[in-house]
Amino acid sequence: MSNEKPAATGAGSGASRAALNVRVWRGAGEGSFQTYEVPRQESQTVLDVVTHIQRVIDPSLSYRFACRVGVCGSCAMNVNGKARWTCRTHVEKVAADGNLEIAPLSNLPVIKDLVTDMKEFFDKWARARGRFAGARTRDDDFARVMPDSPQRRNVDAGIECIGCGACYSACDVVQSNPAYLGPAALNRAWTLHNDVRDVMRVERLASVAGDAGCHACHTHTSCSERCPKQISPTLGIAGLKRAAAVAALSGEI
Amino acid sequence: MSVRAQTLIWLAQRASAAVLALCVMVHLATMIYAVKSGLSAAEILGRTRGNYAWFGFYALFVLAVAVHAPIGLRTVIAESFGWRGTVLDALTVATGIALALWGMRAVLGVFV
Ligand code: SF4
Ligand code: SF4
Ligand code: FES
Repeated sequence: MSNEKPAATGAGSGASRAALNVRVWRGAGEGSFQTYEVPRQESQTVLDVVTHIQRVIDPSLSYRFACRVGVCGSCAMNVNGKARWTCRTHVEKVAADGNLEIAPLSNLPVIKDLVTDMKEFFDKWARARGRFAGARTRDDDFARVMPDSPQRRNVDAGIECIGCGACYSACDVVQSNPAYLGPAALNRAWTLHNDVRDVMRVERLASVAGDAGCHACHTHTSCSERCPKQISPTLGIAGLKRAAAVAALSGEI
Repeated sequence: MSVRAQTLIWLAQRASAAVLALCVMVHLATMIYAVKSGLSAAEILGRTRGNYAWFGFYALFVLAVAVHAPIGLRTVIAESFGWRGTVLDALTVATGIALALWGMRAVLGVFV
């Protein structure tokens, strides 16, 4: 594991091989990167690095996390320019040369340091009608959904979203079209569209169609590339485009 | 513009793209044939004048361009300059009409 020689160059950092040279965004809209030296450890995650800085070096650093095991979706940040879930991103994988740059997610207002305001992100889920609407009551029988039905498979492909915002941060259309609902909200709408128990299909299609919805997607798949749960919002959005187009043709929406 | 209209113009752009793909191929093949066979302008006009098949083909080509290009332009302008709304939509329609008129003028030029 550790028969590497100490790096002679240090790429301007001056840090030894046993230390990471970490640039962290400090401030809100106005701010700058500050550099910290963090000891390198085995199996160290990017979240471990941020935690070390906050606990040992500078307690004023703000960041978000909760589960530390890839479930809650609160720890996403831009790591060396790419949106990642930091609790499950190993330093070894993304900073083999010992240099890390950690910044808040893009396309969201920065509250402070690494903490972004996720309000708009989740408001868009609501605008996309990202909420299940059923018609059955407790007196009705269970709905029977075949696990291998096409709809159920579509749901399976998108349902593991943890709401981390990595896809939203990576999407250029969110940047150039601020009203765009974005990949996560549309992926959520797609899973509900395929839920055979849901009764808001038409209303939801009307909410996710058009210039601020699925038809604005350029299909360049940055969201799918960045999703830590290997979801492809692009695929779901393509499905919504077709479904909404059919609904528009038939006058449903 | 209503969400339904936005969806329908998206569809129109897709459909016109499919038509364009076909038209461009036929057009290129025709051009290559004309150049390779060394057809003169007079010979080409001799074949297109009064020919309803060529007229129909190029009229369809022009129509597809007039539908496809303005819708794309509308998105490019909205995303590049943040310009959206009724004025942009009116400009989209105007661009479509202008392209259709210019294109049809050329088509009629070799038909009549
Ligand atoms: S595929 Fe669509 S949603 Fe995904 S990043 Fe590209 S434009 Fe955004
Ligand atoms: S789709 Fe993937 S990247 Fe986007 S919020 Fe859900 S888990 Fe995160
Ligand atoms: S801390 Fe919960 S997903 Fe990273």
